[in-house]
Amino acid sequence: MAEIRVENLRKDFGEFLAVRGSTFTVPDGDFFCLLGPSGCGKTTTLRMIAGLELPTSGRILLGGEDVTFKQASQRDIAFVFQLFALYPHMNVRANISYPLKSQGTPREEVRQRVEEAARILRITHLLDRSVSGLSSGDRQRVALGRAIVRKPLAFMLDEPLGALDAEFRELMCGELRALHDRLKATTVYVTHDQLEAMSMADTIALMNDGVLEQLGPPQEIYDRPASVFVADFVGSPPMNFIPFRGRVTPGDRSVRIGEAAVAVPEAHEGTPEADLLLGARPEHVQLSAGSALRASVLDAEYLGTTQIVTVTTAQGATLKARVSSEVAVRPGDNTGLTFRPEKLSVFEKRSGRVLRSALHQEAARG
Amino acid sequence: MAEVRLEGVSKRFGRTQAIAELDLRVQDGEFLVLLGPTGAGKTTTLRLVAGLEAPDAGRVWMEGRDITGAPPSTRDVAFVFQQYSLYPHLSVYDNLAFPLRSPARRIPEDQIRARVGEIARLLHLEAKLESRATQLSGGQMQRVGIGRALVRRPAIYLMDEPLSSLDAKLRAEMRVELKRIQRELGATILYVTHDQTEAMTMASRIGVLDRGRLAQLGSPREIYEDPVNVHVATRLGSPSVNLVPRALFPSLRVPEETVTIGVRTEHVRIRKSANGAAVGRVRWVEHLGDRSHLHVTVADTDVITLADPHADLAVGDEVAIEMLAPLFFDARGERVRRS
Repeated sequence: MAEIRVENLRKDFGEFLAVRGSTFTVPDGDFFCLLGPSGCGKTTTLRMIAGLELPTSGRILLGGEDVTFKQASQRDIAFVFQLFALYPHMNVRANISYPLKSQGTPREEVRQRVEEAARILRITHLLDRSVSGLSSGDRQRVALGRAIVRKPLAFMLDEPLGALDAEFRELMCGELRALHDRLKATTVYVTHDQLEAMSMADTIALMNDGVLEQLGPPQEIYDRPASVFVADFVGSPPMNFIPFRGRVTPGDRSVRIGEAAVAVPEAHEGTPEADLLLGARPEHVQLSAGSALRASVLDAEYLGTTQIVTVTTAQGATLKARVSSEVAVRPGDNTGLTFRPEKLSVFEKRSGRVLRSALHQEAARG
Repeated sequence: MAEVRLEGVSKRFGRTQAIAELDLRVQDGEFLVLLGPTGAGKTTTLRLVAGLEAPDAGRVWMEGRDITGAPPSTRDVAFVFQQYSLYPHLSVYDNLAFPLRSPARRIPEDQIRARVGEIARLLHLEAKLESRATQLSGGQMQRVGIGRALVRRPAIYLMDEPLSSLDAKLRAEMRVELKRIQRELGATILYVTHDQTEAMTMASRIGVLDRGRLAQLGSPREIYEDPVNVHVATRLGSPSVNLVPRALFPSLRVPEETVTIGVRTEHVRIRKSANGAAVGRVRWVEHLGDRSHLHVTVADTDVITLADPHADLAVGDEVAIEMLAPLFFDARGERVRRS
């Protein structure tokens, strides 16, 4: 197993800048997710680490060794693609054995390692079956078997669950993470699905338009987004943004929106008068009849224990609140809004950047 | 009165019993969602109402009239399919107007204009009326597809997974939109999906289909809180309800016939155990942002529980488990109630 280090990595396709200079480290044994919308450069980054694409500039180190210009076959990395390509004319055992046989591994060792991989993936009973009759989940397990049997330094997974339906994806997420915990292998996982990334990753690298927007553990990215893009991309429903105009001075503990003074974490960074956005996660918005921030209810979506209530403020912003299903809410109801002050973020509208506050101080300490 | 009723309807395709003795009444103005996995009989039910399939047995009633043998063209329904099929050479306006311009209807053009304008407003497509269908995004195309059904005022709208081809964000928006439109029009909708979130959030009532049979019919809350069997309990809730063998919690008092205990993730309470009181060990903490799923291993069984993301629990911690509102099921998976 090994640490992966990426330095100033850049990739141009003609005029198109796919990756604009990323630097990050994937610690040894980390489950590392490259997350972002399509076209953000995540797959290109993965392919450069694997050696399937040459960078325009920058360096890639695998276990301390510079592999930037090494061929894929010399990097000791296993790659699992979105569409698991199995050899249809071979049975499961032959499919999993293939990478070892092509390396000239002795037969007895091949047998042992294939059986070990099958045991880890719980597909021992399928070893002598043809791959053509397998369910999509079992096919995916065989594809994973072919990757883990090589005992590579690192795994690269490119949306391996993208082709599966939702229910099955949830199950496979759990399996993949459990597999990672058993093998403790450095894994780089590409997905556009924030829930997959949140639930599986040790570290998330969120990319946007070729740029690394934020790097950190899932909860950190969720609680303290560095930009409007991050806050909007992670979380379902995403963070609410309430536009307002104002100035912020370091030390401020509230902002003024219309008639209401809204308490926020103490500002550590100021801005002259500008268009700003107050960011509040749905679970940090509360309905409260007495609040000066007025809103009317558009819809309530029942989700079991909680419900998502959509409201429009008097200023015309639409917000979603996650509240208990026990709260009776009807479309058309007039209500007030309050927030959990210690959880709020303030963003600069033009740049999308968050203004530093006590919220981020807490991160530095924690 | 736009009421649709199926009475003892059965339908078989070769050796597959698609629908078995189905009784279902869609009430005027309600949003009824049929929920079930692939092959449960959802789409067949819709097609039987539309007249695209004929039942082997049973009767179909619409507005008090027996329409079992009536041809599809005489049935007052509008169908929205999973894949929107728009006329690519026509504008959005003409696509929306198309169903009204059928020679059989002869609706004056000014009435058509008024109706199309109203539907375009509901679907937020006013700015796109002059665009060609091919210039639209996927979400806009699907809204036009739905709009083409809505311009008509049939007794019932039949919708077959109309949101499944949209991405997650757009789907969430369209759920709210569709429900608002249904409310504003007072429309009667029979909607089928395998997506539990769509069912929970939009339905006035959910009908859970299991291999061609109606397992349970009720409000989302009734189905979620009071399922009649294991199948229904696992249809709603994400992550799925925990199903554990009775023997796993020997100290819990349960009705005699109980074989399986079901408990929803939010009803599992855990705390770090004091010396010796451990029943489980935290195997994995899954972050969702607003909350976390803790996977706790008890004997060989995984129990998933909901926890505050900032709770002081980590992988490897030993925990004691308390279950609130457990559900009891017998050997056949049927619910057992405390007497």
